[in-house]
Amino acid sequence: MSNPTNDSVEPSYLVAKKGLLSWLITVDHKRIGLMYLVATLFFFLVAGLLAILLRTELFTPGQDFMSAQTYNQVFTLHGAIMVFLFIIPSVPAAMGNFLLPLMLGARDVAFPKLNLLSFYIYCIAAVMLVLTLVMGSLDTGWTFYTPYSSTTGTAVIMATLGVFIAGFSSILTGLNFVVTVHKMRAPGVTWNRMPLMIWAIYATALIQVLATPILAITLLLLCIERVLSIGIFDPALGGDPVLFQHFFWFYSHPAVYIMVLPGFGIVSELITVHSRKHIFGYRAIALSSVAIAVISFLVWGHHMFVSGQSELAGVVFSFITFAVAVPTAIKVLSWVATLYGGSIRYTTPMWYAMIFLWTFTVGGLTGLYLSTLSTDVHLHDTYFVVAHFHYVMVGGTVIAFLGGLFHWFPKMFGRMYNERAGAISALLVFIGFNVTFGTQFFLGHQGMPRRYYAYLPEYEYLHQISTVGSWVLACGLFLVLFTLLAGLKFGKHAPANPWGGVSLEWHTATPPIEHNFHHIPHVESGPYDFPEIDWDSAKH
Amino acid sequence: MIATFIPPEKLGTPPMSESPWALLPTASNHAAALDTLYVFITILCVISMVLIIGAQLYFMVKYRKRSDADRTSPVTHNTKLEIGWSVIPSLFLIVIFVWGEVQFMDMSSPPANAIDVRITGQKWQWTVEYPQFPGGPSLSCPGDAAECEPTEKTPTLYVPLNEPVRLTMNSVDVIHSFYIPAFRVKKDVVPGRYSNLWFTAIEEGEFPVFCTEYCGDEHSSMLAKVIVLPKDKWAATVKKATELKLEEGETMAHYGERLYGINGCAACHTLDGSTKVGPSFKGLYGRTEQLTDGSSLAADDNYIRESILEPNAKVVAGYAPQMPSFQGKLKDEQITALIEFIKAQK
Repeated sequence: MSNPTNDSVEPSYLVAKKGLLSWLITVDHKRIGLMYLVATLFFFLVAGLLAILLRTELFTPGQDFMSAQTYNQVFTLHGAIMVFLFIIPSVPAAMGNFLLPLMLGARDVAFPKLNLLSFYIYCIAAVMLVLTLVMGSLDTGWTFYTPYSSTTGTAVIMATLGVFIAGFSSILTGLNFVVTVHKMRAPGVTWNRMPLMIWAIYATALIQVLATPILAITLLLLCIERVLSIGIFDPALGGDPVLFQHFFWFYSHPAVYIMVLPGFGIVSELITVHSRKHIFGYRAIALSSVAIAVISFLVWGHHMFVSGQSELAGVVFSFITFAVAVPTAIKVLSWVATLYGGSIRYTTPMWYAMIFLWTFTVGGLTGLYLSTLSTDVHLHDTYFVVAHFHYVMVGGTVIAFLGGLFHWFPKMFGRMYNERAGAISALLVFIGFNVTFGTQFFLGHQGMPRRYYAYLPEYEYLHQISTVGSWVLACGLFLVLFTLLAGLKFGKHAPANPWGGVSLEWHTATPPIEHNFHHIPHVESGPYDFPEIDWDSAKH
Repeated sequence: MIATFIPPEKLGTPPMSESPWALLPTASNHAAALDTLYVFITILCVISMVLIIGAQLYFMVKYRKRSDADRTSPVTHNTKLEIGWSVIPSLFLIVIFVWGEVQFMDMSSPPANAIDVRITGQKWQWTVEYPQFPGGPSLSCPGDAAECEPTEKTPTLYVPLNEPVRLTMNSVDVIHSFYIPAFRVKKDVVPGRYSNLWFTAIEEGEFPVFCTEYCGDEHSSMLAKVIVLPKDKWAATVKKATELKLEEGETMAHYGERLYGINGCAACHTLDGSTKVGPSFKGLYGRTEQLTDGSSLAADDNYIRESILEPNAKVVAGYAPQMPSFQGKLKDEQITALIEFIKAQK
């Protein structure tokens, strides 16, 4: 790799231009990334607080402080905000925007203005989703199942149009990233020398471009049905409600991988840098991301084993779903193998990566119960599913996202955070998360259905454990927030390369200058060739 | 129709298992088989978890940083190992897939001699009806039947022990899902089509039924019960439970209105004066009617009673003689209640 250029005389991107307007009309991918970061973290906070309300309501079997109607609106908003305004844009649009050009050795993404447009489209969508609150709210669940969503009196049209518009932001970002990866790599950054973070973002971008239009069409059809009374999904008008589920999951299953693949990318970076090891099985991890992206388009029917779709279809979907397990297992095993023979530094990002291996493995393994046709019949739409997808989405994506946030925080802001506070936050998050959602597997096999605001008294004990866990988790996440905010204000100035990373983002000033690199770097080695690696020992 | 939903704390079924961590009772033919697979997958998962996390923890301790001069291993891949950990899990996955597939096909194929029961889902109530028994939907009381308020009555699916039962289900509004955890069966109940599920109950007792597809405000209260009884006792209980009778505190006309709904009279006789297949009930009582044979008579109690039992004896002019007889289907007091109901349609 080229020599680091620490002796920057140019101001960093944070201060290169001044004033609010310089942020609002910026086309700098790093600034756009930060604006995304602030926006997505804000919605993470909002949707997280809603989750705490839900868990607290569930502390007792009966109704406590929320009516059934309020509960339904709160869980809908929790899901919709988390999925569409936080998880989907969090890693790709916030971190991906910041890191992609830096890691490729480029000065910006391929279409900087389009990038800014994506951000504003996202903002419009966010405003529309939040507006549903004053327009009669939304009570359909984030899945908008018909005919409930075609008949309920709540603000379905506003919400679906919001999600529809958010989809355009997602498509444009994906398109931008695909072109950037193909055309903007610095000399010497071959496909086999791209950091795995880039491979993950690239696979994600492909899904975003190919799958999101299906969601857009589906939601548009739903609006057409509601406004023009043309029967598409509502049987009262001659439509087919199960058709909606096919359309919806044809997008939303690949979307699960839009949410989790970038997390895989982050973990590959964290584990290698903090253990000073070359990644184990680079090619297997890179190609399994692409394999997962392709197979993810063919498994949507596993959400519908009990929906009344044909049994044969169920069998085919179950089989293909098992096929996804193989590349996923390869990734986890490769990460564990990467630790072998390393020199592991227990920094906060590394703690989060270690937690990820635990939580994501649980999430992946419990997927087996749900891809198996017969056991899914029992577990479908129970808390088992709730636990499983939170282990994948939170235990996978969010934990990786938090680790990445600590890892690249010095790069973004030029400041260090307090390591001890960071490590305590990781411990609280680990305990809180497992108590909250681990318990829910047991609730699920005991038959507790999801989306219930009141429940049979026999489930009370487990619900209470889960609720207490959620409070611990919330404390951990608030500690993350305070640690980072305190770092921003009082943290020590970060050295150019605090973790000794060798990928290109560490080969420029910290924080980077406006145009990333004084000279486009010329790359001659891989992103995981750390100086500590004892290449000579391989010869003996 | 007034939806009478049951708050979960009032369902009154005994707890399904003694400990919240235990497996549920295996109360149907599917349950034990499904649990075996569930336990098998759990064992595989625990072994995988111990291997993966065990290796992780071992490496985390053994390879922690010792000094700045640490040198790390140059291993970048190992083809044999990678093929091994792709192929061996795949073999286990195939076993699980086939096992689950065989069970699922069995769960999807009801035997020919299954007893049919109809389930209707509607926000936020289940209706259970038995085609082989005349009468209405079956309901049960949480405790003493005599003290039971109409709103406390729970839709109840009575099933005979050791006999296959097939449910044919349909929804009148949005999608619901019929789930009996103790039987390990679940199927979506979709408007505009029929779905089936089947089971053979193998344990006597009382178990909860949940709606597991989100259906609006009182989704959590869309509950029912399954009660498993020995076959001889089952028939008698269903007969009694589906029997229609005047509720305590109910007017005869209201009882008649229920009968009018349950027996499908509305298909031909409107209440608003418009004409369908038969004359409207509006203003019918006491009116003088012209008959097809040219004679005329007043529609009094006796004429209405005769029209229910022998509909084609005296047909009003302008209508075809096509009403089916309700002889043997309605009891005297029910006919009287219907007359009172018609009388009230002024």
